[in-house]
Amino acid sequence: MIGELWESFTDALEGLGSVVHFLFRLVGNTPRVLLRFNLISQQIFNSGALSLIIIMLSGLFVGMVLGLQGFQLLQRFGSEEALGTAATIGLVKELGPVVTALLFAGRAGTALASELGLMRATDQLSAMEMMAVDPIQRVVVPRFLGGVIAMPLLAGIFSVIGIYGAQLVGVQIMGVDSGSFWSQMRSAVSLSDVTEGVVKSFVFGVACSLIAVYQGYYATPTAEGVGRATTSTVVTSAVVILFLDYLITAAFL
Amino acid sequence: MRKSRTLNLGTGSFVLLGFAALFFLTTQTTSHGLAVFGPAHYQVTAKFDNVGDLKVGAPVSMSGVEVGRVTKIDFDSNEYKAVVLLRLNERYSKIPTDSDASIYTQGLLGGKFIGLTAGGADTYLKDGGQIDFTQSAFVLENLIGQVLANFTKSKADEQAPARADPKATEKTK
Repeated sequence: MIGELWESFTDALEGLGSVVHFLFRLVGNTPRVLLRFNLISQQIFNSGALSLIIIMLSGLFVGMVLGLQGFQLLQRFGSEEALGTAATIGLVKELGPVVTALLFAGRAGTALASELGLMRATDQLSAMEMMAVDPIQRVVVPRFLGGVIAMPLLAGIFSVIGIYGAQLVGVQIMGVDSGSFWSQMRSAVSLSDVTEGVVKSFVFGVACSLIAVYQGYYATPTAEGVGRATTSTVVTSAVVILFLDYLITAAFL
Repeated sequence: MRKSRTLNLGTGSFVLLGFAALFFLTTQTTSHGLAVFGPAHYQVTAKFDNVGDLKVGAPVSMSGVEVGRVTKIDFDSNEYKAVVLLRLNERYSKIPTDSDASIYTQGLLGGKFIGLTAGGADTYLKDGGQIDFTQSAFVLENLIGQVLANFTKSKADEQAPARADPKATEKTK
């Protein structure tokens, strides 16, 4: 019993160690890949531009819900004008980065993991090695960097659409004064709130992309293995995102 | 070739949109504005007995017009006073040295801001200058305390002659 526990503990530790090792390999290869920007550009398109629709739609609805809930809550204290502040701080610091990262893990992370897993299963990665092409440089690092670059941009778009969603419900439907909505927001939201959001989404971008490419690259080369890699990408990403979110929030207090 | 062109176009517009969003967040939702290329400014200090919950970034206004912002709030442990650093726009450089600064509240639950009232001196505030006449923040608890104290005092005054009265009547008898 204790032996089993110890074994699963060392397994987890080994997994963590190999993820960190993989990250160092990716970062070490980054400078050379940066010279071939068209590879990265293609991956920014795949994981960023193609996630745009889902991010924008979710952002709109999250913002609208914030507008509605915030209005109902603030109305009790007679301070509906603070709606802009409440919605913006909530979106920029918390909901924008976190929901974007969760959606990104579901939309782009799974695509990355299954693509790499299938490459592994059909021996494409080994074939590249045979041709003296480093699959890490040619395939993995561009996907990783594409995700890292795309995430903060997606989170920013999410927050802006969300603010307009809150404005739509709060100002257009519920009748909060438009001037005080924006001016209270401007006087209460500080630059450090925005910085915190950007830092968060950057860290989430690194975490999500790393988990996705790691799971795909080391997937068991079977149909089942690829499926399992995809599933564990989403599960691990979600847990890691929320854990890191707590850490970064605490660090910024 | 054709395909890579549309792809790059897609990536380019996505990146542009993303940076536009981040730009919007930093300039439109915060009071930061375009402070990187912001207007020329000068800084003056003002010492207050109590700043209440005045925050860094709070506006400084004259006659309701925003002329600057609070950039720093510190505590002077020699005088036991709060030192507030105000960054004023260079356009409003003709503020008399004997102007006074008071801390007001926006609305009932709004944030605090500093209101300047122009004095009559011929010399104007310069960079590094100090506003000598200040009025502290209005702290609700102190006001309630004062009202209660006045209230109980006036009640005691009313009761005191009433109690004294019987004695007075006795003496006259």
